[in-house]
Amino acid sequence: MKTVSASPIVHATMPSGIIRLLKLLPWLVVAALPLALPGYEPLATQVFVMILFALSLDLLVGYAGIVTLGHAGLFGMGGYTAGILSVHGITDPIVTALYGMIVAAVTGLVFGAAMLRTKGLTLLMLTMASASLLYELANKATGLTGGEDGLQGVSFTPVLGLFPFDFRGKTAFFYSLATLFLVFTLVRALINSPFGWSLRGIRENDARMAAIGCPIMQRRIIAYVISSALAGLAGALQAQTTQFVALYSLSFELSGNILIMLILGGSGRLYGAFVGVPAFMFAQDLLAKQDPANWFLGQGIILIAMVMLAPGGILGIAERAVNAIKTRRGA
Amino acid sequence: MTTTITILFFGIAYGMILYLISVGLSVTMGLMGFVNLAHGVFAMLGGYATVTFMNRFGVPFLLALAIGCVLVAALGFVLERTLYRHLYGRSELDQVLFSFGLILVSVAIVRIAWGPLAQPIHLPDYLKGQVKILDITLPAYRLALVGFGTAVIAGLWFVFDRTLFGARIRAAVDNRAMAQSIGINTSRLFAAAFGLGTGLAALGGGLGADVLAIAPAYPLQYMVYFLIVVAVGGLGDIKGPFVAALVIGLSDTACRYFLPEAGSIFIFAFVFIVLIWRPNGIMERR
Amino acid sequence: MRFAKMIGARLLRQGAVVVAALTLALVALIPAEAQTIKIGMILTYSGPDAALGEQIDRAVNLFVKLHESELPPGVNVELIKRDDTGVNPDLAKRLAQELVLRDQVQILTGGQWTPNAMVIAALTKEAKVPFVTMTAGGSAVTLQSPYVVRTGWTLWQTSYPLGEWAAKQGWKNAYTVVSDFGPGHDGEAAFTKGFTEGGGTIVGSVRIPLKTTDYLPYFQKVKDVNPDVVYAFNPGGPQATAFMKAFDDVGITKSKIKLIGPLDITSDDELPNMGRSALGVVTLGQYSPAAMRQTNIDFVAAWKKEYGADSVPTYFAVAGWDGMRAIYDAIKAQKGKIDPDATMKFLRTWSNPNSPRGPIRIDQAGDLVQNLYLRRVEEKDGRLANIEFATIEQIGDPWKVFNKK
Repeated sequence: MKTVSASPIVHATMPSGIIRLLKLLPWLVVAALPLALPGYEPLATQVFVMILFALSLDLLVGYAGIVTLGHAGLFGMGGYTAGILSVHGITDPIVTALYGMIVAAVTGLVFGAAMLRTKGLTLLMLTMASASLLYELANKATGLTGGEDGLQGVSFTPVLGLFPFDFRGKTAFFYSLATLFLVFTLVRALINSPFGWSLRGIRENDARMAAIGCPIMQRRIIAYVISSALAGLAGALQAQTTQFVALYSLSFELSGNILIMLILGGSGRLYGAFVGVPAFMFAQDLLAKQDPANWFLGQGIILIAMVMLAPGGILGIAERAVNAIKTRRGA
Repeated sequence: MTTTITILFFGIAYGMILYLISVGLSVTMGLMGFVNLAHGVFAMLGGYATVTFMNRFGVPFLLALAIGCVLVAALGFVLERTLYRHLYGRSELDQVLFSFGLILVSVAIVRIAWGPLAQPIHLPDYLKGQVKILDITLPAYRLALVGFGTAVIAGLWFVFDRTLFGARIRAAVDNRAMAQSIGINTSRLFAAAFGLGTGLAALGGGLGADVLAIAPAYPLQYMVYFLIVVAVGGLGDIKGPFVAALVIGLSDTACRYFLPEAGSIFIFAFVFIVLIWRPNGIMERR
Repeated sequence: MRFAKMIGARLLRQGAVVVAALTLALVALIPAEAQTIKIGMILTYSGPDAALGEQIDRAVNLFVKLHESELPPGVNVELIKRDDTGVNPDLAKRLAQELVLRDQVQILTGGQWTPNAMVIAALTKEAKVPFVTMTAGGSAVTLQSPYVVRTGWTLWQTSYPLGEWAAKQGWKNAYTVVSDFGPGHDGEAAFTKGFTEGGGTIVGSVRIPLKTTDYLPYFQKVKDVNPDVVYAFNPGGPQATAFMKAFDDVGITKSKIKLIGPLDITSDDELPNMGRSALGVVTLGQYSPAAMRQTNIDFVAAWKKEYGADSVPTYFAVAGWDGMRAIYDAIKAQKGKIDPDATMKFLRTWSNPNSPRGPIRIDQAGDLVQNLYLRRVEEKDGRLANIEFATIEQIGDPWKVFNKK
């Protein structure tokens, strides 16, 4: 009987240095966008910020198995922190981004420690309630946040003292792209660390993990805090690149949208955010312009179809296709 | 004193609407273990049906309400048989995504069919204006709402506590495997319970059209409140959500009267604390 | 025979070439190349408040249709429309950015909501694109940049004189009920100032969140406090009807408490839905379709001809109409070559004695100076209408007067 051997050629000969360079290639291509498509920088920047946000959500949904419909709460906390600081005189982008991360992380810690003891509907409900609570607080604190009108007067000094945030959006473009790259490498390292693997274990079977001595609550809370910090970073970036903070950043609508964006690409696959966000925003641009009703309809049908026929999103479909090809070749 | 009574009254009316809509969700979630975020859709459709029959076809209010309930219950039954049943064993995330998708589809369809504006509800004359009871003037509509709601709830409790159907549901909620092994056809039970739940939601939606405006954004805007009632009240129970709905209705109304600056902050903070303290609902059956 | 056919075919081909060449030459000789002025318009086309955006859109479309011949020869106007879906400042900002960067519009307009108009206006400071905001009612909008003017109104304009008038009626205490956003805060402050300066007292105030649907608890409190007069403000459209119904439900309309406010609370298009509960409500506003000015009669006739006898233009429509009038006048003055600074200079001295609402002009601050009319809801020819009974002449934005630096 012939044994099926692992395909020999692909992995052996390419030196790891070249592989690393190849992985950098898409980033370089994207960085060259302003040359090819001038005028699209604001849209691209928005996409980068959302990808960052979706990555933070993936840590929870895809790896730790925590489903949340309130992640915008952390995003908005980061955004309002950065925005409010800038209105009151602290205007360095990197400093305010860090503050945004810290505030969001603390918020995540406080809420997470309370919420993560529950699960199922209760947990889902609590994530929604916590975000709604933050939304209503921001809505009422009009003096601080601007309420429905949004936070006016937000402006930041040049990044690293060298690159001012211009109206054309070039600085914002590179700033957010660079931040996304940094966070991506961080998240990838985290996922592949023992901590990351323990998260997956907790997601799959927390009883067993507890049995082998893994401190489940602690791990989940840590994951939640890290995810919150990253979401807060995305929110701060949003405030800095658009020079504005609106209540939408804390809304249920955003929480729902970012979940859909992630699932569309495929959760738990690291690159899901990179695929899902552009796909979603592109489809939105296309469908919502004619009639918003069509956009909702399209979104809903895609979601239902995905759940019934293609769990795992676009990347899941791609994975299955690749596997199908591989098995056909191998056998 | 009159103020307290008026507030009490408004709060109870609001709470009853919430209850009528959410009780079905509590039962079906406890029964099928399915996270159905789309429950608000059925309430909304009930509202649209009632309003359309009244405005377009001149059907009297109560009859329109009844027709709406029956239609929506039938729809719920069909959806359970065709779509929902395939997803009972799936992960929570899948159920959330599915029901969310269902919401989006219905929001779109409703918007295309009826337009984006809230539906005006033209009450019959005997429900307009105020009624004076013992020196207190109350809006006639809300009074009718409380009366009607009480009757329906009493009927519901009767069905649950005194009929075979109710007993079967309670059995299946407590222990599905056991219920099946003693011969209860859980599959048919689910469908029937789902129909009942969605019919009740439609009733709540139609009755409450004045309080929770009938517009395409309905299932998204009010989803939080329905889920709160169920989560705080407890799954699979019908008395727990009643208490929860009343508490929420009363505190929200009282807050708006006495502390309008606080807005809805109080409700969410309250829910948060309650759920941390009693994750399985305030009735703590399990 | 074949030979003749060949010659014929050849002649035909050559003839075609000659005709083509002549046509090209003629086209090349047309004096000015057709100049398209791109105007970006950001309105609300979807969602519960789409009715308001539709009013403006219809007015703009009608204006463009009726005034095509006014444009300089070779100049035509292209309207690029974008949907802000409601009060959404961050979306509005991005839409405006894309209009300027990608579509390269020379003029921005629309700006239906104050929060949206604020961010669009702030953007124009750096982008140097003239922005004619049509219906945003917050006073601060025109302060955001030297490139903004408005053709609508401000809440201070419609609420401060109302406060003064209310005090003159002998009413001693008032309760203010406003929607919780920029214009609502403005209205509350303006009325309060006018009323208290006239000797009245404010006995209570409440700000209702924009997304509220159940107003009864708020209004019950108002009834319990029992003031002489209630000043109310909401963004108009369907919300105005919901407000009015709630007032009715709680019994305020039947009581001795008077209900007054800026014109938004008795939106002309919603009056039929409000029913008799709106009778007797006094409002202060710049436009009612029932006005008997000749310019208005003509305007309403043109509107009904285009959109049906049952359709009614509201103050939103007039703001859009006058906005386009200002833009077209600016285009004509510069003969189709739009220079941002020249445009702004022109607009700040622009006037129109023939607006459907009466004579109007834009002042140096970029605000609209206009007549304001006190109106009462009455029944006329079997329909409810806002009937004007007094005029306050040519007011600018009072807030700017009080806050002169």
